[in-house]
Amino acid sequence: MEIVETKNIPNLIVFSETLQALAENDRDIIVVTSDSRGSGKLVPFGEKYPDQIVEVGIAEQNLVGLSAGMASMGKKVFAVSPACFLTARSLEQIKNDVAYSDNPVKLIGISAGVSYGALGSTHHSLHDFAALRAIHNVTVVAPCDNFETTEAIKAAAKADHPIYIRFGKKGLPTLDRSHDPVFNLGRGRVIRKGSDLTFVGTGETVWPCAEAAKILSENHGIEACVISMHTIKPLDSKLMLSTASNGAPVITVEEHSVHGGLGEAVASLLFQNRFRNKFKIIGLPDEYTITGSQLEIFDHYGITDKALADVAKKMVTDH
Amino acid sequence: MTIQELKLKSVRYRKNILKYIYHAKAGHTGGSLSCVDILNVLYNKVMHVSPENFSSPSRDRYIQSKGHSVEALYVVLADQGFFPEEDLLTLCRYDSHYIGHPTKKVHGIEQNTGGLGHGLALCAGTAIAAKKDDLPVRVFTVLGDGEMAEGSNWEAMMLASHYKLDNLCAILDYNKQQITGANADVMGLEPLRDKLEAFGWSVTETDGNDVEALANTLEHLPFTAGKPSFVIAHTTKGKGISFMEGVLKWHHGVPSPELYEQAMSELDQAEQSLLMENIPA
Repeated sequence: MEIVETKNIPNLIVFSETLQALAENDRDIIVVTSDSRGSGKLVPFGEKYPDQIVEVGIAEQNLVGLSAGMASMGKKVFAVSPACFLTARSLEQIKNDVAYSDNPVKLIGISAGVSYGALGSTHHSLHDFAALRAIHNVTVVAPCDNFETTEAIKAAAKADHPIYIRFGKKGLPTLDRSHDPVFNLGRGRVIRKGSDLTFVGTGETVWPCAEAAKILSENHGIEACVISMHTIKPLDSKLMLSTASNGAPVITVEEHSVHGGLGEAVASLLFQNRFRNKFKIIGLPDEYTITGSQLEIFDHYGITDKALADVAKKMVTDH
Repeated sequence: MTIQELKLKSVRYRKNILKYIYHAKAGHTGGSLSCVDILNVLYNKVMHVSPENFSSPSRDRYIQSKGHSVEALYVVLADQGFFPEEDLLTLCRYDSHYIGHPTKKVHGIEQNTGGLGHGLALCAGTAIAAKKDDLPVRVFTVLGDGEMAEGSNWEAMMLASHYKLDNLCAILDYNKQQITGANADVMGLEPLRDKLEAFGWSVTETDGNDVEALANTLEHLPFTAGKPSFVIAHTTKGKGISFMEGVLKWHHGVPSPELYEQAMSELDQAEQSLLMENIPA
């Protein structure tokens, strides 16, 4: 196990702090929770801005329908619930009341992916990218670190159309911003440059990609490019095509089913543009997901710096 | 508007509902005929909404939860001047805005609906936002009885009373039939009034095809300060056409040319007798 828990700040905390800062100057910022203010670290928000939080109880369909109604009245509504429930129980409300009716709700999926790893598949969200990618008019975002989370929340507050942002609850290091200091929705960020292969990660898998790139460089002289593809839809096709145009292998890595997520979005883009790079999708396979901590699950399915470096080395050196 | 004028509008709305469904060869005939008196009273007597104030944040809001009865809504909105009535000749045609469920592409419509059990939560969100901004907005929805089996409705019912949304009024088009058969056979709702009151709503029952009764019922909202208002509007599916009333196949049945003529002739007669009543003795 190469990746260890860090003392870094979880995106969840940064999300809550960013929302509080936004609410201070904007009475239209509203948080709607489904008995999830504790899980969402929003207790301080509720104490500071009691008029700007609405509790619906454990009723996710109502959470999203109500949020759509409030958004239609000009409120900047952040509907906050664990990603597993938000994007499954209330999927029809997302499809009809938010996306189709174009009510610009900010859907916040907390403890996403396998953050609740030991709690079992009821609490995993490994379908959310796939489900929401197939619905028109929802931007789908998975920020990789505190910086991207802060920026994504700020961008969401200004967004005129629906947006879904999902993140986990583990402490995360902030990744190198020197190559790409700016965050824009729909624009992937280059975390590391390199031409021997490209890692395309999203959310909490970008960090192991970056660590794998270090191993490859230090131990094998392989220089990997690492992209944080924080916006899965719309995909940054310009960055993806220009990066892959060197013909080097591409590996996508996501905390999501291998079906219908980032990997298949990138594969579709590359294949339809006649790219024939070596290509691999790493994510959660189509099986009953093993349970354990998020990092144990990552380890089980090869989403660690070491396992990713091994796969990458094989792809670069095998002919 | 007088009760007599409302009655006349109801007959003319029914004629238009049939006309455009017949022309499109598609539509939810029975439900549109059962709920049209409710829409008539809402738009002509109760709500403060019109093409002139439709961009005002203070306008009253109507969100139709039973989206499939959209023909009734289109006909009433056209009469209010939201769009030219002849636009409805494109109902359900390729690329028409006038599709088989409410869509915001049509001027006057607040939310896209059609999936059942969605309207009430949208209304609750609208009502709670209006209260936060101290806007005098009242929010109305018409629910179908079949969709009362949707759990999402009861989630929203619970919330509306918890937050004392007395600017919200739900009207149930209680024609007691759904596509498979009688509500009582498919999924019984009774004792409905008890359930609604247990969920904290102020409930009134009325004849939902009697514009005078509806106007009197909806004149004083909220029924109880601090509570959302619920009207159980007892209606007849297919109301106004003798051979359609209470007959299940007209849920989304389109009349043949002969039956269309018969239906229109019945409505013509109803219109004539109302006009005769209007002539002072």
